[in-house]
Amino acid sequence: MSDQVLEIRGLCVDYGVGADAVRAVRDVDLTLHRGEVLGLAGESGSGKSTLAYGLTRLLPPPGVVSGGQVIYHPTDGPPVDVLTLSPARLREFRWAETSIVFQGAMNSLNPVHRVSTQLLDVIKAHEPKSTAAGRRARAKDLLRLVGIAADRLDSYPHQLSGGMRQRVMIAMALALEPQLVIMDEPTTALDVVMQRQILGQLTELRERLGFAVLFITHDLSLLVEFSDRIAIMYGGRIVEEAPAARLYAEPLHPYTEGLLHSFPALHGPRRELTGIPGSPPDLRAMPAGCAFHPRCPKAFAPCDERLPVLGPPGVDDPTRAVACWLHPAVAPLPR
Amino acid sequence: MRFLLQRMAFYLFTAWAAITLNFFIPRIVPGDPVQSLISRNQGRISADAIASLRVLFGLDSDRSLWEQYVAYWGQLLHGDLGLSFTFFPAPVSEVIGSSLPWTVGLVGVTTVVSFLLGTALGVGAGWRRGSWIDGLLPATTFLSSIPYFWLGLVAIALFAGPGSFFPSSGGYEPGLVPAFDAYFIPSALQHSILPAATILVSSMSGWILSMRNMMVTVASEDYITVAHAKGLSERRVALSYAARNALLPNVSGFALSLGFIVGGTLLVEIVFSYPGLGFQLFQAVGSKDYPLMQGIFLIITISVLVANLLADVAYLLLDPRTRKS
Repeated sequence: MSDQVLEIRGLCVDYGVGADAVRAVRDVDLTLHRGEVLGLAGESGSGKSTLAYGLTRLLPPPGVVSGGQVIYHPTDGPPVDVLTLSPARLREFRWAETSIVFQGAMNSLNPVHRVSTQLLDVIKAHEPKSTAAGRRARAKDLLRLVGIAADRLDSYPHQLSGGMRQRVMIAMALALEPQLVIMDEPTTALDVVMQRQILGQLTELRERLGFAVLFITHDLSLLVEFSDRIAIMYGGRIVEEAPAARLYAEPLHPYTEGLLHSFPALHGPRRELTGIPGSPPDLRAMPAGCAFHPRCPKAFAPCDERLPVLGPPGVDDPTRAVACWLHPAVAPLPR
Repeated sequence: MRFLLQRMAFYLFTAWAAITLNFFIPRIVPGDPVQSLISRNQGRISADAIASLRVLFGLDSDRSLWEQYVAYWGQLLHGDLGLSFTFFPAPVSEVIGSSLPWTVGLVGVTTVVSFLLGTALGVGAGWRRGSWIDGLLPATTFLSSIPYFWLGLVAIALFAGPGSFFPSSGGYEPGLVPAFDAYFIPSALQHSILPAATILVSSMSGWILSMRNMMVTVASEDYITVAHAKGLSERRVALSYAARNALLPNVSGFALSLGFIVGGTLLVEIVFSYPGLGFQLFQAVGSKDYPLMQGIFLIITISVLVANLLADVAYLLLDPRTRKS
């Protein structure tokens, strides 16, 4: 059993085809290890969600995956490329191996079906041999797992609060014990108290069940606390990747630094909140060289001409990678 | 449940208002049915007969309007709608009873078939946007913009005529006695093909279009993406998640259209001289047959109200969000 659960290699996602296509995700390499929480942060429009939809092949048209590989390593059996699975195999793969908790907690549940119907149909679709009673017992266990009374199983979505609905979605995501759970801004629509409660529960569940999490959010402060590693996206590319604590303590990319300076620290000395001047790049007309250079306070000679590659900034530091001319890569990112 | 009772109270009130209007309008309209009956008989009626006709039709000027109103309600509750002028001395309820099955049979069946077919095609068109069914949409929209009766005239001009299989008018072969036998039923079916096809062609596209558009709207909802992500079969996502939600507006539209079955296709029945309620109403208006008009309006009003109630019930059953506890 390999240590990796998912390897994304050179993934490109376009919106539209031909000359008008806009590339929203550019050449992304990302590796998820078993049982880790990988945070993916960036501004709106940086391609985080597109990346998640692309790697699960859920992109709505006109989105197209235009290149790359998404290698999934099952616990048993050889690795498979998700992007080349047949429709039938893809259906089997979905939810059983990789489940997703979506952005809109309010709209992720079908309003006309009971929670039970929606929890049971996914188990039935993937385990046709299971009995109705067995499925129901499992669904009740799942609800209990996320702290919802089992008698809410036959409620309709509109009878649950926003927080409960999102916890139902998390329970649903864990129904088939997947190796990887992708969470696309799972707590954005919730208040901070509910956010904390759900994230606490999630941490606990992950320790118990051992699934890996790809956590997508624009809230870097949340990731610093909650994830093992953090990857920062800008203009469709990963610009920095490092263990959470190290990224927080010493960000290398000026963009990461900017993000970290846009929220206050709870502890330590006061510092000025600066934010990042300018606005995200226009994907139709990306600047030459490093996409961040027009907004970068530290831009210098090579930045507007040559694209920095993502790689470890020093020989002694293989755990992190950055794509910035201030810290040129000593070698391309090891795969 | 409380919601339903509220609705029922509202419909009862509406029914009362409609019946009251139904009583007053013919009495306010200028023109005297007895006078028209007299002139039709070219003055060969004695003064005594005229007086008795007035009493018979409830046009007795000796009684106050209020007394007439109370008497009218008394009659209604006994199921007595009065006597028809044109089919004198047949009671209105009998005249309506003989033409109602024709309308319900023709328009009822076509309404249901057009809803089922149109909705099914709409589900297909909306789910597979850009497939061949989408190519049909402009054609069906064109057909739906043509009035029923004109399409009927075109159909008669094209398909009916001497020696054609399709008869151009009537509900059955003249000379046959209406009965459930091997002579009458095929004849009735043969006569209904053209009017039914006319109604079907022009009404179906509305269902296709609205269902398709709702499917397209629903298909971009988050729960559809979730259903795909769950690895459910395409069929289950399309039917249980997308179509089930997209159906809601169409179902209430369908329940409402049921209310217009009774009076809705007057012109088609006139064009095809089909012995239904619409044709009957047309004749009643032409001969100032107030009791018959009143009777038909009453039936139409009641069926529209019942259809509204059905729409409410259907919505309650289909959409749990409307079921407030």
